[in-house]
Amino acid sequence: MHMTRRQAIGLGVGAAALILAGPALTPALAAGPTADEAIKAFTGGAEAKAAKVSLSTPEIAENGNTVPISFSVESPMTSDDHVTEVMLLADGNPRPGVATFHFSDMSGEASASTRIRLAKTQNIVAVAKMSDGSFFMDKKLVKVTIGGCGG
Amino acid sequence: MADPKPRVKVPNTAKAGEVITIKTLIDHKMESGFRKDKKGELIPQQIINKFTAEFNGKPVFSADLRPAVSANPYFQFTVKVAESGTFKFTWVDDNGSSYTDEKTIKVEG
Repeated sequence: MHMTRRQAIGLGVGAAALILAGPALTPALAAGPTADEAIKAFTGGAEAKAAKVSLSTPEIAENGNTVPISFSVESPMTSDDHVTEVMLLADGNPRPGVATFHFSDMSGEASASTRIRLAKTQNIVAVAKMSDGSFFMDKKLVKVTIGGCGG
Repeated sequence: MADPKPRVKVPNTAKAGEVITIKTLIDHKMESGFRKDKKGELIPQQIINKFTAEFNGKPVFSADLRPAVSANPYFQFTVKVAESGTFKFTWVDDNGSSYTDEKTIKVEG
């Protein structure tokens, strides 16, 4: 096969990326519930509808060590109708759980921002639990250039 | 290591019923438990595992953190304030210590 100079460089970069990603994927550490299992445990098997939650993430994260994430959930946030919890998951991390936020009727809005670590390109999932026991979710893909779980 | 230093931003004043935004940050390396030291041995996990915000003694917001939260964990969230009072913020470390900060807000009208 004849390769142009450009293709050769592209291959080199790809190989370097693979080498960098390698140590992050230590299988022994990856034990634990998967993202789907974690969602099931959170909802008790109830279906989380893809509505009401809006997750805002960068499309491309250059540095997986600190990826800004924010979410908001549509809710009047009154004492009898509010969001009680929001669980954030990263399905491609060695352990998918990121954080769980607890809201109250004094929260005013069900929204929060934080910064998280992502080991590689993956989906971020936010699942919201409402005070009436229903669940809603949103999912966004984040492309990660440099993973953030050490190695 | 000196105690991690919390930094919190709460508006000084607000109108009754206003939804205010609070920003918090604490210096903490959030050791994930996945990194190795120079000898190739895993560095044990040490993170802030819980953050809580109380207003006049009532919990208003909290978060359970896992190692996927970045170093120097940062949170931004909202609170609807009806009266003047004091916010108390607490961060709980895996090593058993906890760090706190307090801020007062004056609510008018």
